[in-house]
Amino acid sequence: MSVTASMAAATIKAAGGSGFHAPGPEIFNLPPVFGEVTKPMLLLCLSAVLIIAFTVLSSRPAAVVPGRLQFAGEAVYGFVRNSIARENIGSAHFMRFVPYLFALFLFILVNNYYALIPLLQFPSFSRIGFIVPLAAISWLLYIGAGMWKHGPLGYLKHATVPAGVPLWITPVLVPLEFLSNIIVRPATLTLRLFGNMFAGHILLVLFATGGWYLLGTGNFVYAGAGVLAFVLGIAVSFLEVIVMFLQAYVFTLLSSMYIGEALADEH
Amino acid sequence: MITDVVMAAGEEHDPLMPVLSEIILGLIVFGILLFAIWKFVVPRFEQAYADRTAAIEGGLAAAETKQAEADAKLAALEQQLGDARHEAARIREEAREQGAAIIAEMREQAQTDAARIVEHAHAQIEAERQQAVTSLRAEVGSLATGLASRIVGESLEDEARQSRVVERFLADLEQGVN
Repeated sequence: MSVTASMAAATIKAAGGSGFHAPGPEIFNLPPVFGEVTKPMLLLCLSAVLIIAFTVLSSRPAAVVPGRLQFAGEAVYGFVRNSIARENIGSAHFMRFVPYLFALFLFILVNNYYALIPLLQFPSFSRIGFIVPLAAISWLLYIGAGMWKHGPLGYLKHATVPAGVPLWITPVLVPLEFLSNIIVRPATLTLRLFGNMFAGHILLVLFATGGWYLLGTGNFVYAGAGVLAFVLGIAVSFLEVIVMFLQAYVFTLLSSMYIGEALADEH
Repeated sequence: MITDVVMAAGEEHDPLMPVLSEIILGLIVFGILLFAIWKFVVPRFEQAYADRTAAIEGGLAAAETKQAEADAKLAALEQQLGDARHEAARIREEAREQGAAIIAEMREQAQTDAARIVEHAHAQIEAERQQAVTSLRAEVGSLATGLASRIVGESLEDEARQSRVVERFLADLEQGVN
């Protein structure tokens, strides 16, 4: 799909002198709305308001027989609590981490779906700065949990020395394991979410602006290609619906898996 | 339009480089969100879960208690029914025994009575017969005497002689009969 689009864009560039400027990283640098405050910042604050309103309202009744709103809230809460946290951390300690994982999941989910909501139409987490704190908290949590369980040195051994390997290979394995388990994890958490949101948004903007440009050329064939670009843009939007959920799920799932692994007795 | 926006934004920025203000804002916003969820949301949901579990388990426990009570009552009733049947059988048996005893006693008494009545009758008959024999004998004697005196005259008026003659006559009569 993107090949077709870029080819079309390239053709336009070659054909017309006026030139179509394909969207690039610069579309993520939005101007401040007022002062130093940008649209992503406002969106981030709005997400917290929305999530707090929804969760507080849906959890307040705490009725044995739930109403519609409470049922919806419990569905999300139960999904994070049981399917993500309890499955991966184990029923002994998972309740300590449920608030964080629940907040994390909703926070990422709402901010991702901003990209598809008319007028908002911007995924907050295509700004990498917003992801860094989340990855850092996840990192601190799983390392903290491991050190609480095994002691600082015990955790380092737990995380870097795989059980049941010959002694002579440990000098090779330990740095690798340290790198992959301690250093790289927060970076991959950050980049995975960032990359998906960044690329998804570029793709959608490309289809929208490109299609619009092609329609405006006045050429019949180009206009047809423009309509096709809109259709593809809609298809990609539906793909993004899945991607946005999956990224929220994966970030939460990996965080809980790291915690569960740090708390595990053996590999 | 996008181009204008980009122009307005001005500076070229590497999208992989996090901006400090965004990190701080993200931390604060997420911190507030986490606090709210930790303090107000999760406890309420857990409360609902706990209440639900308690309600279900309480219902089950109550049902079990009721079941046990019903079982105990049923067992008691069956016990009572069994006792009552047993009692009834015992009473029936007793009644039968008593009836048999009464019948036997009655029969014995009746037999005794019958025997006594028969005995009495025999004695009476015997006495009457004796009496009849005695009176008959006397009468036959006087009749015969009367008849004989009428036939032979007044020669046999001496009492001693008369009685001897009659006795002899009767003895002869009996012998003749035999």
